[in-house]
Amino acid sequence: MRYAMAIDTKKCVGCSDCVVACQTENNVPIGYCRDWIVEVTDGTYPQLEIELRSERCNHCDNSPCVRCCPTGASHYEKGGIVTVTHNKCIGCGACIASCPYDARYSHPEGYVDKCTFCFHRIEKGLKPACVAVCPTKCMYFGDLEDPNSEVSLVLKKRKHKTLIPEAGTKPQVYYLI
Amino acid sequence: MREEIITSGRLNPHIDPHLEIWHWQIPLYLFLGGLAAGILFFAALYTIMGKEDKYPGAVRRAPIIVPFLLVLGLFALFLDLKHKLFFWQLYTIIKFESPMSWGAWTLMAITPLSMVWAALHIREFFPKWDWKYDILKDIEKEVQKYKVHIAWVMIVLAVILGIYTGILLSAFNARPLWNTSILGPLFLASGLSAGAAAIILFAKSEKERRLFTKIDILLIVIELFLITHLFMGFMASTSVQIDAANLFLGGQYTAPFWIFVVILGLIVPAGLKIMELRHMKIPVIIPVVLVLFGGIMFRFIIVYAGQMSRWLY
Repeated sequence: MRYAMAIDTKKCVGCSDCVVACQTENNVPIGYCRDWIVEVTDGTYPQLEIELRSERCNHCDNSPCVRCCPTGASHYEKGGIVTVTHNKCIGCGACIASCPYDARYSHPEGYVDKCTFCFHRIEKGLKPACVAVCPTKCMYFGDLEDPNSEVSLVLKKRKHKTLIPEAGTKPQVYYLI
Repeated sequence: MREEIITSGRLNPHIDPHLEIWHWQIPLYLFLGGLAAGILFFAALYTIMGKEDKYPGAVRRAPIIVPFLLVLGLFALFLDLKHKLFFWQLYTIIKFESPMSWGAWTLMAITPLSMVWAALHIREFFPKWDWKYDILKDIEKEVQKYKVHIAWVMIVLAVILGIYTGILLSAFNARPLWNTSILGPLFLASGLSAGAAAIILFAKSEKERRLFTKIDILLIVIELFLITHLFMGFMASTSVQIDAANLFLGGQYTAPFWIFVVILGLIVPAGLKIMELRHMKIPVIIPVVLVLFGGIMFRFIIVYAGQMSRWLY
């Protein structure tokens, strides 16, 4: 099993509903976020192109955060999901420094927190909160090893990219372009 | 003009607009750890070579401060932790791919060892020292017999400690400035140089002082050579590493790095030391303080600048 997400940059309108849904679902403290919106404007006026992306932890196959963690608090869960065991985390910050996507933050209670692909929801067969609420249905979630999953099908059909693959982390959140 | 504007809706304190996860505690610890490693390295080296009586400043006197340096460094590390009560989780696992894990274990071994070494030489400072209990006296006699063996263990651990302070940073591929393997030898050289400088303060004879002055000059030359290589490597690398190097070549860390680290911390003390070797009257304390100051500035600047360097996407 290899969980992954595909996000359609052509459909995303940058409404931030995914951000709020995540904060609500996961009790993210005020002023922090596990996912966020990025708007990239590229080109020469008047030929400008805008790309909107909902970004989060890429649940990398070769995660520097799991490698750097001195206690094993950062680890791979079923399906390659990268999570943090709160009562094993010492709050040293090594994983935060090691993430090229800056997807982790220090929770006010001391441990390090991040996107879990809503592990507690997918265990019950539900979709992650961000995917479930998206009003334009621009996010796809599922198992890459299942050729008939939503995410496998859309990746077969559409051109896609990952963020800074040259960092060598093998990210598993795909952006449809 | 072609432009790319990136607007992020994210605002996680300590990460945006740039990473600010490590503060003064980490560079202070890296300096104290490097200095401790340097002193213990020379103490062990001259014990193994059987030159203890020739260089008592290095073998017997300077190591007395090492337990204090290490305990202070460990305390700084502890202050840096944000989930403090769980610090013991470090010692429930050995993770070889995490430099912080084997660094924690190295400290666990070298700190008590440095205390044993200091205790063995306590009479150097308190000639009338008495262990009071017979059992302690017996232990001291027994341990004295194995001093060379201890020195062998200590020299290995000291080198690991010295290199680890650099490897700790170079393991982070997300921060292009840190992500170079030269940081390991560079931090080791800087730690050894600080150690040699500290030993000069504890040296008793002119001969010993001159030896460590020579060693320090050599180490400073090695450091300058490694710093040149560091920048050559960056400039020949990818755009993110060129950007990282530019923090020091025109960017906001240019003045502090070249003035405090390279000129005041390396070139000036090397010059003063050469003058000293030519029998000019230079107060010993000046080059020593400059070397130590350069070492601490070097770590502060690398730790802070590294957190500004990043991948853009």
